[in-house]
Amino acid sequence: MPNRIWLRRAGDLAAIAVPTLIFAFAPSFEGNTLLLVNMMVYVALAQGVNVIYGFTGYLPFGYVGFFGAGAYGTYIAVAHLHVGALVAVILGGLFSVVVAIILIPLLRLQGAYFAIASLAAALVLSALIGNPDLKSITNGPYGADLSKIYSVNGSYYAGVVLVAFALIVVVFLQRSRFGLSLRAIRADQTSASMAGINVVLMRSIAWLLSAAIAGFAGAVYAWALSVFYPDAVFATTISLFAIVFALFGGVGSTLGPVIGAVVLYEVYNSIGVSQPQYFQLIYGALIVAVAMFLPGGLASLVGPRWRQWVTKRFGRNPGEPLPAGDV
Amino acid sequence: MPRIMFLYALIAGILLGFFYALMSLGLNLGFGVLQVVNIAHGDIVVLGAYIAYELSSKAHLNPLLGMLLAVPPAVILGLLIYYAIAPALGKSADPEMLSLILFFGISQVIEALETVVFGNNQKTISASSFGSGPVHILGQAIPREYVLAALVSIPVIALVFYYLYRSRLGLATRALMSSRDDAMAVGINVGRTSAISFGIALGLAASAGALSNFILGGTNPTQGVDITTTAFAVIIIGALGSPAGTLVGGLVYGLTFQFAQTYAPSWANLVPYLLLLIVMLVKPTGLVGKRVRYA
Repeated sequence: MPNRIWLRRAGDLAAIAVPTLIFAFAPSFEGNTLLLVNMMVYVALAQGVNVIYGFTGYLPFGYVGFFGAGAYGTYIAVAHLHVGALVAVILGGLFSVVVAIILIPLLRLQGAYFAIASLAAALVLSALIGNPDLKSITNGPYGADLSKIYSVNGSYYAGVVLVAFALIVVVFLQRSRFGLSLRAIRADQTSASMAGINVVLMRSIAWLLSAAIAGFAGAVYAWALSVFYPDAVFATTISLFAIVFALFGGVGSTLGPVIGAVVLYEVYNSIGVSQPQYFQLIYGALIVAVAMFLPGGLASLVGPRWRQWVTKRFGRNPGEPLPAGDV
Repeated sequence: MPRIMFLYALIAGILLGFFYALMSLGLNLGFGVLQVVNIAHGDIVVLGAYIAYELSSKAHLNPLLGMLLAVPPAVILGLLIYYAIAPALGKSADPEMLSLILFFGISQVIEALETVVFGNNQKTISASSFGSGPVHILGQAIPREYVLAALVSIPVIALVFYYLYRSRLGLATRALMSSRDDAMAVGINVGRTSAISFGIALGLAASAGALSNFILGGTNPTQGVDITTTAFAVIIIGALGSPAGTLVGGLVYGLTFQFAQTYAPSWANLVPYLLLLIVMLVKPTGLVGKRVRYA
């Protein structure tokens, strides 16, 4: 039924355009652009976790490694290659993809093994980059200075593009054959492989996409901060926040992680900055509650009702992709 | 001179190895019975450290007595956590991922509560109640804390081995660790045995806390993640689900760390994580393990 297909296309377009446009025009309502940049960075990171965890089932505790790699890739590009801001941000994101290629063997591990191994890899990367012996390349623990390319507007709109990029990737996964393959692998690896899906290749591509999102997020963050230290871009809390935001919003959905990130980052901003321990208490308890009682996150409250309404209004569509599995 | 450095690293590494084995034993026990990696393990170690600290600084108890008193609350906490999450895990289609996320949340809650109750500052217990100055072993001046940690860890580890290999409940626990279904089939009360083992696992973690105060140079709430990762490295190096493997893992870890610190100090912090990655990717069964067990 053409109606149904057009409705879905319009919905996908809106899912990409609405959050992007809201962020594009947000500076007219909110004067604190650094706050907005942080929020966009976390929206992207939550989507990055969504890509790798929501579609393949790998929970990366060390996700921050890609973020830090993106930030430092940008610094290295500016300090040693003397390139302009945009090229530096792109190289930063690509540096993170290179790191992800090196770490592909981690995908041989599963579950908690993978989660903790990825954390170990991020800590190794952080210790490498912050090592005083590598001062000539990364400036070690003494911090990276990007003031040469500083630009409030530039970094802000790079953040808007970042949000759009993350959303496009997720919508692509929701609708494409590739995304369907990933979900098939997640549901049953053996059967998927029997059906002719190249399990290793598909997974690796999802891993690289997820790393690219985190890498660009790190690059944008670095550009906006201008001066930063290894501890700031490799903080374990960045991984934790991204995972919590994604789970709270609902992994496997398109807009869940966006809403999760915006809502929880707002909560963090109002109480977490001055009293981080209370925010940690809230999100810790929230995660236990979500895992026990609402495994699909916020999105599972809305999603089924929306689908029901569409079905009632426009009729059933046999081509509807499989709903994402629960957490 | 290099010979002397070598001897120092060897002795200090072995002594610390026993401490690391104790610190990780609980994580392995909990994994063995529940097939769950307790991400909150490190936070329980920190909790034990705080209890010992409070008892020694406020009530002027010997830190080792504080160590004993830290165990019962941790055991009770273990039982509570087990009974709170076991029904949900039993019903879940993917209990492994659910438990990972649940323990991740629990870990954050414990860490936050530790910050609220004990504050953010680094707390240290003075080891002066055990005498001062280094201990001389084979002509090497070894920090007194290292010797103390080993002297305390060895009997506690021995006690756990005695429990596992000589008591009836220990036998049931080991049966459960090797096959949950078979254990159930021969009439072992799986729920109760798991609960008790999980309680003991957390008790062990808390007991290591009193010592971590000396060995890790103090206690603060954010240490939990590092301790969990280190303990995970130790039990992976040994073998998941094998208590004897943990002892091997602890010693390998202690020695590697000491040698790295002696010969390449600026890279020593990388050791636990590199070791973890290498063992996981090259020999996921661990050094003494016979088969792969998926978490």
